[in-house]
Amino acid sequence: MLSSPTSPSPVSPPLEIHDLTVSYHRKPVLYGIDLVVPAGKLVGIVGPNGAGKSTLIKACMGLVPVRSGWVKFFGQPPSRSLTRVGYVPQRESVDWDFPVNVMDVVLMGRYGRLGLIRRPSRADRDIARECLERVGMLPYADRQIANLSGGQQQRIFLARALAQESELYFMDEPFAGVDAATESAIVTLLQDLRARGCTILVVHHDLPTARQYFDMLLLLNMRVTAFGPTEEVFTSELLQKTYGGRLTILSEVAHAAAAGSDRRIP
Amino acid sequence: MKPRPTSPARSGFALWAWGGVALSPCVARASRIGELTTNDVTAQAARFFTFADPSARWALLGALLLGLSCGLLGGFLVVRKLSLVGDALSHAVLPGVAAGFLWSLTKNPFAIFVGATAAALLGALAVEAITRGSRLPQDTALGLVLSGFFAVGICLVSMIQRLPTGSKSGIDKFLFGQAAAIGPDDLVLLAAVAAASVLAVTLFHKELLATSFDPGFATASGLPAVWIHRGLMVLLACSIVVSLQAVGVVLVSAMLIIPAATAYLLTDRMNRLLAISAGVGMFAGAMGAFLSFLGTNLPTGPFMVLTAGGVFALAWLFGPRHGVLARQLLHHRNTLRTARENTLKAVYHALETREFEGGDVTIPELAALRGESAMDTRRAIAMLRPAGLGDLDPASDRIRLTPAGLQRAGEIVRNHRLWELYLANAAHFATDHVHEDADEIEHVLGEETVRRLEERLDHAERDPHGRPIPRPTANSTRAQR
Repeated sequence: MLSSPTSPSPVSPPLEIHDLTVSYHRKPVLYGIDLVVPAGKLVGIVGPNGAGKSTLIKACMGLVPVRSGWVKFFGQPPSRSLTRVGYVPQRESVDWDFPVNVMDVVLMGRYGRLGLIRRPSRADRDIARECLERVGMLPYADRQIANLSGGQQQRIFLARALAQESELYFMDEPFAGVDAATESAIVTLLQDLRARGCTILVVHHDLPTARQYFDMLLLLNMRVTAFGPTEEVFTSELLQKTYGGRLTILSEVAHAAAAGSDRRIP
Repeated sequence: MKPRPTSPARSGFALWAWGGVALSPCVARASRIGELTTNDVTAQAARFFTFADPSARWALLGALLLGLSCGLLGGFLVVRKLSLVGDALSHAVLPGVAAGFLWSLTKNPFAIFVGATAAALLGALAVEAITRGSRLPQDTALGLVLSGFFAVGICLVSMIQRLPTGSKSGIDKFLFGQAAAIGPDDLVLLAAVAAASVLAVTLFHKELLATSFDPGFATASGLPAVWIHRGLMVLLACSIVVSLQAVGVVLVSAMLIIPAATAYLLTDRMNRLLAISAGVGMFAGAMGAFLSFLGTNLPTGPFMVLTAGGVFALAWLFGPRHGVLARQLLHHRNTLRTARENTLKAVYHALETREFEGGDVTIPELAALRGESAMDTRRAIAMLRPAGLGDLDPASDRIRLTPAGLQRAGEIVRNHRLWELYLANAAHFATDHVHEDADEIEHVLGEETVRRLEERLDHAERDPHGRPIPRPTANSTRAQR
């Protein structure tokens, strides 16, 4: 990833993305993304399947190779600011039969701050316990993770992210496959984080609730279709532009790039 | 890399079975045990356990060290679903062993160590290159590397065996292992690798755990997941290479997987898993060394693997939580409990029909209600007694439930009717579709769920068929579950 030489200023936005392009096997998934997210906002990332929502988050977290462009957190390159950024991956990304209990998983949120070799201290355990309490999962601290419901698993992931004590959060579909009680608990938690000054980006699938939950929306389909306050961006015209077929030529060319030729088979 | 999920238990089992097949060429040699007189066996055992023989000392120590490092590293292989990687790397070392042998033209452990480690790492790189540069999944790449490298190795080994020098004697020991051939130089290497493994697993426990469970999150929080993986692979390669002398190329992967698979069945915590895995590895190593020492020149690897496989089979059968018998027992208990609870429910229905008046229920009455013979009903009632739920009153020949039995009967009927109501009201099932489902669910609903159901249904008084929903008092004694 290219880094920009500019020095961090005290008013640097939590997240700045410049001309970011990501491709899988030469097929572009995100194309020249530019984005500046202001502090203290709850931002929903919406768009159709395959729009690159998860990829955008993974590219920010350095989990997928970036072809061009750069990402900065608080005006600094990610390598120097990772401890200020928290992450909630998709629930299905891990093996829930793994031999750890709930407390072990939440403690992993502390590992990044600890650095190599150092073990979690009593203070780290206290923080983890407090985070479990905040998601209502403290009674489950000693449970093996295999015996949890989907909503409980999601709460564990949130508790682990809370234990990171970050200022900027990326959450990949935290509402997917959870019960109504967990959904409203997560919403309360997000609002609580925002009240503490955190900035949160959430990949979300459901449009009606997206309008309700988020201050700002990022409409994404390989490109940023729109980014702004929810009431300005949640218009049928912009949604149509995001979910409709306006970008078909772009995705066809992307397919062709992956195949190594622009000539289409008749 | 995204490995294909395979059950570690199953792969361990497969390897164990494979160990048996690999042993078959040696059966002819192994039958010499039978030819030994009892005196010989006792004498050999005495020599082994008194450490009178230096080669026995070294063999035992070497086997313990290799069991330790293979057990520890294997634990991480199994939870990372990389079991096949151990197999591929152990086969990939053969050309390196042969090259090291050709280079020094003696069985110089250090030359062989360098050659074999280089070959293993080359194999690991080849797997990465194949996976990255094409659409082939990782297990296919592993299979390719495993067989390809092994073929090269076999060619080199047969070349060596045709060499005119007399120094070729040791090379075949690398195929099936010969703990008795462990010398002081081998021991130095084994001790160094075991120490490195213990040190790495202790120092980087947190990093290994986090990158094994969720590599994405670990990377995102700043842990060097890629380097942890590479470090593990290097340690693994070293561990395989130093174990070759004792276990052999073909079976070393079993010593990585079987102890770890055994531990995986016995615990749900990572550090216990590692401890058990190392323990099983050391036990299997020691037993293998001992058994091969009993008969002269018996290969060690198969005996180690068979011992480990035996321990695995025990854990698989008798493991307290994940064992086959434990599961069967649990299933059996649940079946009995369900049967008892169904009897209680029937008694409750009978009592309800007469509006809880007119004394205890008779056997014929209950038999008619359940549509079964009086004998069957008597048998069902007899099952209630050991659980302290009810009995047949010998004087009146009527069914008398204990307070606990009555309480549980009320709970079951409540669960059934609450669930029917929930299905009909909240999940919009037709009222004639809900009965069978409720028959299953009534036995598994916990108090917490019941409380939530009652809230959700506004503490309704009647089920969808208009029958009252009982409210057994919560603080009376609970039936044995």
